[in-house]
Amino acid sequence: MPELTKEKDLALRRFAASIRIELLKELASLGFGHIGGSLSIVDLLAVLYGEVMRIDPKNPHWEKRDKLIVSKGHSGPAVYAALALKGYFPPDMLKTLNQGGTSLPSHCDRSKTPGIDATTGSLGQGASEAVGIALAERLGKTGCRTYLILGDGELQEGQCWEAIMFAASHRLEGLTVFVDNNKRQLDGYLEDIQTPFDLAEKFRSFGCHVLRADGHDVRAIHNAIREAEAFGNTVHVILLDTIKGKGIREVEETVANHSMTISPQQCNRWMTELEQALHSIGKETSV
Amino acid sequence: MSIIYDGSPEPRPMKATISRTIAAVAENDPKILYLDADLMSCIGMADWAKEHPDRAIACGIAEANMVGIAAGLSSMGWKPIVHSFGVFASRRCFDQVFLSCGYAKNSILIIGTDPGVTAEYNGGTHMPLEDLALMRAIPGSTVVEASDASMFSAVLPQLKDREGVNYIRVGRKMYARIYSEDHPFTVGKGEVLRDGCDLTIVASGIMLEKALSAAAILAERGVSAAVLDLFTVKPLDTELIERYAARTGRMVVAENHNKVGGLFSAISAALAETCPIPLRAVAVEERFGEVGSRDYLTHALGLTTERILEAAEALLLNKRNQ
Repeated sequence: MPELTKEKDLALRRFAASIRIELLKELASLGFGHIGGSLSIVDLLAVLYGEVMRIDPKNPHWEKRDKLIVSKGHSGPAVYAALALKGYFPPDMLKTLNQGGTSLPSHCDRSKTPGIDATTGSLGQGASEAVGIALAERLGKTGCRTYLILGDGELQEGQCWEAIMFAASHRLEGLTVFVDNNKRQLDGYLEDIQTPFDLAEKFRSFGCHVLRADGHDVRAIHNAIREAEAFGNTVHVILLDTIKGKGIREVEETVANHSMTISPQQCNRWMTELEQALHSIGKETSV
Repeated sequence: MSIIYDGSPEPRPMKATISRTIAAVAENDPKILYLDADLMSCIGMADWAKEHPDRAIACGIAEANMVGIAAGLSSMGWKPIVHSFGVFASRRCFDQVFLSCGYAKNSILIIGTDPGVTAEYNGGTHMPLEDLALMRAIPGSTVVEASDASMFSAVLPQLKDREGVNYIRVGRKMYARIYSEDHPFTVGKGEVLRDGCDLTIVASGIMLEKALSAAAILAERGVSAAVLDLFTVKPLDTELIERYAARTGRMVVAENHNKVGGLFSAISAALAETCPIPLRAVAVEERFGEVGSRDYLTHALGLTTERILEAAEALLLNKRNQ
């Protein structure tokens, strides 16, 4: 995997900014939703869908595609925004989020949404599903990679560790795990609810190859994935230092931002902020 | 093809049939993978697993993860068969079976061993008396209780190709021999073991032998009792149930399961809508399992031929008094 060129770096940053804009429109059309944990994985999604994963948006069931399992299934709205921008379905469909009969339910559903590879929502379960998928890729000798996104709060579910123990024990080198380490969960800060202690040490002791990266720096994320895949040999875990609600200051500053109501006034303010962020990309160096 | 029950046991414990059947199914279908949660040896699969390392997956003592892995494998086109003791294969991983498999439209075949009192000396912690209730509650599920070796061998190959959640409960020890080896079974269709016109006794699994014994005793008393094997608890063979409900007007349902949510519940619900008749359950009522011999447990939990006879007599008494 080659290093990101300057142009691709800019393109990924713009892609991430566009995902945030579509995400806000999507959630605002309903008036509420899981905004915090959706915003925190946007830059990762931009890197995966924009550069890393082998996909064919016109053929979502292409057998040779890489797979993404978003185990923190409530971040589905961010994934849908990325999928729409990649052309899996028309962006207009984003307005159907959570409406009766929609193909875009609040939590990821492989049977409903083109491009979604696993059904998630009961935290921890996506981890095992991803392990099963990675195992199938190995059995089928496909060479396809499996990417798994876990939340840091989600790691409180014991099933995550069952899955990691199995994956490392079987040296599923085709599996790359990202932890969205945004330090918050529904009821508050992880530190106040259940201290996670040293996550890197935990994963290492389970037999994983652990890396860290700034989860809002597309180049850092890309470099970590490159390093992980060049290393091979076992399961890779990339701990992403993230901010829950990243990209919208008011959301970042709201502790209880797991799910928020979004008024039309808020939407307008936040949209202005996101659009300014998009337009400023690439202009920093010329100043 | 026939019903050959004469009170004699199978020539070998069911465990041998379970392992032989899984191996045969896997060898005939390259998409089958066998997963276990540290209980391969308990169903005689350890040697096969060693011989087929790419087809057998030891998941360790982690049933929830095993079911989730099976879901992922299914989404990639594999056909996972997972095994654990019935309590761990149902209660322990119910949300994973429900969501990662059923809701997510992934298919799985779950073998839950040691149903009800057949858990014997492993005791109440290992005694599934609610597995049928849980599995029945999953939309689109298929739920089966094996009644003998011939049935298990015939039904497993059918279950492996069914979509959604498929659950079969079966004991590992000795069963009475009910059917000939070539007896044909169809998932979703019940078997008539004995015809009758005064009363119907419906059973499955180890309760079938007791139902047949009860029917023989009732015959000596001049009562003609039909015996049906409703081994497919879901989808229920409502046509057969309704036909015998209409014919005999009285029904006893005997099951090695809690009265809530199993065969009695399924039949009650079906007949209440189409052909309401007096029904009696011989099932475990509002209590947990415990440790003991099969004989002790069947008496302690009320799963005996005598209880079937009492239920039958109570129904017949009402019939005579009408």
